[in-house]
Amino acid sequence: MTTRQVTLSRRSLLKALGGGVIVFATTPDVIAKAWAQRGQNIPQVISAWVHVGADGQVTVFTGKAEVGQNARTSLTQGVAEELRVPVKDVRVTMADTDLVPYDMGTFGSRTTPTMLPQVRRAAASAREALIDLAADLWQIDRAKLVAVDGRIVGPKQTARYGELVKDKFLDKAIDESIALTAHKDWKVLGKPLHKVDGREFVTGRHKYASDIALPGMVHAKILRPPSYHAKLVTLDTKEVEALGGVRVVHDGDFVAVAAPTVREAEAALIKIRAEWTESSQPSNKELFALLKTSEPQTTLPAGQHRGRYTCEYIAHVPLEPRAAVANWSDGKLTVYTGSQRPFGVKSELVEALGLPESKVRVIVPDTGSGYGGKHTGEAAVEAARVSFKLGVPVKLVWSRTEEFTWAYFRPAGVVEVQSSVDDQGKLQSWIFDNYNSGGAGIGMPYDVNDPHTEFHEVESPLRQGSYRALAATFNNFARETHLDEVACALGMDTLQFRLHNLTNSRIQGVLTTAAQKFGWAPMEGGRGHGQGIACGIEKNSVVATAVEVFVNNGELTIIRVVTAFECGSIVNPEQLQNQVVGSLIMGLGGALWEEVLFADGKIKNAHLSRYRVPRFTDIPKIDCVLIDNANPSAGAGETPIIAIAPALGNAIFHATGKRLRDLPFKLS
Amino acid sequence: MGGAVELVVNGEKHQVKADPQTTLLEVLRDEIGLTGTKYGCGESQCGACTVLLGNEHVHACVTLVEEAVGKPVTTIEGLEQDGNLHPLQQAFLDEDAMQCAYCVPGMIMSAYALLRRIPHPTDEDILQHMHGNICRCGGYPRMVNAIKRAAGGKP
Repeated sequence: MTTRQVTLSRRSLLKALGGGVIVFATTPDVIAKAWAQRGQNIPQVISAWVHVGADGQVTVFTGKAEVGQNARTSLTQGVAEELRVPVKDVRVTMADTDLVPYDMGTFGSRTTPTMLPQVRRAAASAREALIDLAADLWQIDRAKLVAVDGRIVGPKQTARYGELVKDKFLDKAIDESIALTAHKDWKVLGKPLHKVDGREFVTGRHKYASDIALPGMVHAKILRPPSYHAKLVTLDTKEVEALGGVRVVHDGDFVAVAAPTVREAEAALIKIRAEWTESSQPSNKELFALLKTSEPQTTLPAGQHRGRYTCEYIAHVPLEPRAAVANWSDGKLTVYTGSQRPFGVKSELVEALGLPESKVRVIVPDTGSGYGGKHTGEAAVEAARVSFKLGVPVKLVWSRTEEFTWAYFRPAGVVEVQSSVDDQGKLQSWIFDNYNSGGAGIGMPYDVNDPHTEFHEVESPLRQGSYRALAATFNNFARETHLDEVACALGMDTLQFRLHNLTNSRIQGVLTTAAQKFGWAPMEGGRGHGQGIACGIEKNSVVATAVEVFVNNGELTIIRVVTAFECGSIVNPEQLQNQVVGSLIMGLGGALWEEVLFADGKIKNAHLSRYRVPRFTDIPKIDCVLIDNANPSAGAGETPIIAIAPALGNAIFHATGKRLRDLPFKLS
Repeated sequence: MGGAVELVVNGEKHQVKADPQTTLLEVLRDEIGLTGTKYGCGESQCGACTVLLGNEHVHACVTLVEEAVGKPVTTIEGLEQDGNLHPLQQAFLDEDAMQCAYCVPGMIMSAYALLRRIPHPTDEDILQHMHGNICRCGGYPRMVNAIKRAAGGKP
């Protein structure tokens, strides 16, 4: 990332960008208003989102964070498309709370359906304003002018955007009803484009939050309790304070050490003597009994189909653990941190330190992934508390064990399903109760009268939160596994059974596409060889996945996976494929190995050596079919994860006769 | 802490103040300022900190500075020559084999060691060799393609 972005305030940034020139302000007041729109309003003036400089450089401002989904690339495409400029002339400033409009956060697959149209409307409005500018200058009917390749071109005239905006200070309201470039006319959108600043990453030059160093910076480590909910009773830091260069920050149960180097901070931490009171807490053994606190309110008569499904807590394991560099200086706090919610982290800092909003700035460099696991600002707050106290820049990088222990997990859960079918194989009733894992994807996409689905919120023994696709992964697993069980009981092919009960044309579309690509044919399973299929809809996108497996003495080989995905107009097929295949591979981990082991407030496997995630040798042959159409684009970073576990479980059943209802699977 | 130790990193000599028992990772990142080498797990499980000691790829998070004395260290910053990307770097770009890309420096360094040992690896060679590197975004298939491309084979 540019260092300019790091050091300049918004006003000076705009000056620097335009050489004193700001585009598209009818009066400076309009601009000022846009800048002043802190709070949670979404500014509706062009200059808040898109800036065209006198050098022709286009700068986009967005509160979205780049965490590997490559929104920086897709937003670049959207602006280049509407403004008719080459991709190389567009820079996106992301997730710097002093520079960008408020944004709730980067989650829920919202960037593509909401932020992309927002910056496209701003860019299209800017393009039209540039045409107006040229029409005025040349005293010509604007209908005779077109925007092309960074220029306004008339019958006899041509001018680069930079020339037109030189010495101007203009802004306009975004035309909310402006026609965006139609799907059929896309020249930049819809086309493959590599990660726009990929070179920064393959050279190791990109500075993640954990790579940032400031002059005079010290390294902090936090004293962690021995177990959850432990209370600090006594603290003795004398030995530490006698060490040269090490400082202790102590405030209630918060105890941190800061030293010139990480190893000195770590050495100091060990020398702290602390006593804690601990409490007895549950373990995995009691987990599902704890979560299922009530019986389903609706029950079918005995003799119908019933199933109980479970999933353990799992961890996000972003390869870059939580990290922050905080700098309390001249009455202002600046924090660099990896996060999906820059403004959320800002609020946490405001609250934790009692500072006014105007005195806190959060900058999120492109981050080493999140998957829903970086919605909170723990490391940012901890580093800031130390910097606030010591008055020097402070870096804090969580260890992998801290990330496994003190972040939050994808909720564990129990699902109970009851269903019935008529003698034609049509679903007649559907009762689906989810305990704790969540309501995402709980809706019944198949045709059945009056389905009853309910999410029961219960108290979770472990801290839990968001995760890629949230509960849709587990709800989809339970539903798609159960339907496979019903199809088997009826002696129907599982694909035919699904299509027989489905009128949602989008799900039908991916299901038949995946089946066709897979070469699905009803097969006699057994003798270790089997196939499975599953589908789902979530966040306005649809997925179907088919899997072929061979199982020998409990040893699983995934022979191949075919997945079909549809999310409306494809913004960038290359990045979409990355998301679909990546989700699928991540989903293999949750299906086969990942589970958080805990007892008495401690995580028992808080190491990568004891928490297995997918690796190179685990990856099967994957065919990915992306279905394009002219419908509005939905997000795609989450939904592709929801069909792999049930497809795989169903395949294993057909291979072995062993029905797997618990995530992760235990094959032997 | 400790006396000075001399390290040769990417062809340059560095006098390092750290205790010889300090990890190579900490020295590379915090003392020399080469932050392309990443921390991921601290226990030799994820490969984000992969560098070369001589021709051997090692995990810098479990390698002590004293082990690196007298052996040239190569990090991701040492691959680009005069503004020209190494073929592996170029191949990762061309295959768009990255999402959050935090793992990518370690991936490239691990693959770099592989291609020095086996210039034309089979798929199985690649998978076995790269097993110690985690891409949590699940970018493995494109990374295999990138390594094949860099080796001169078809991706």
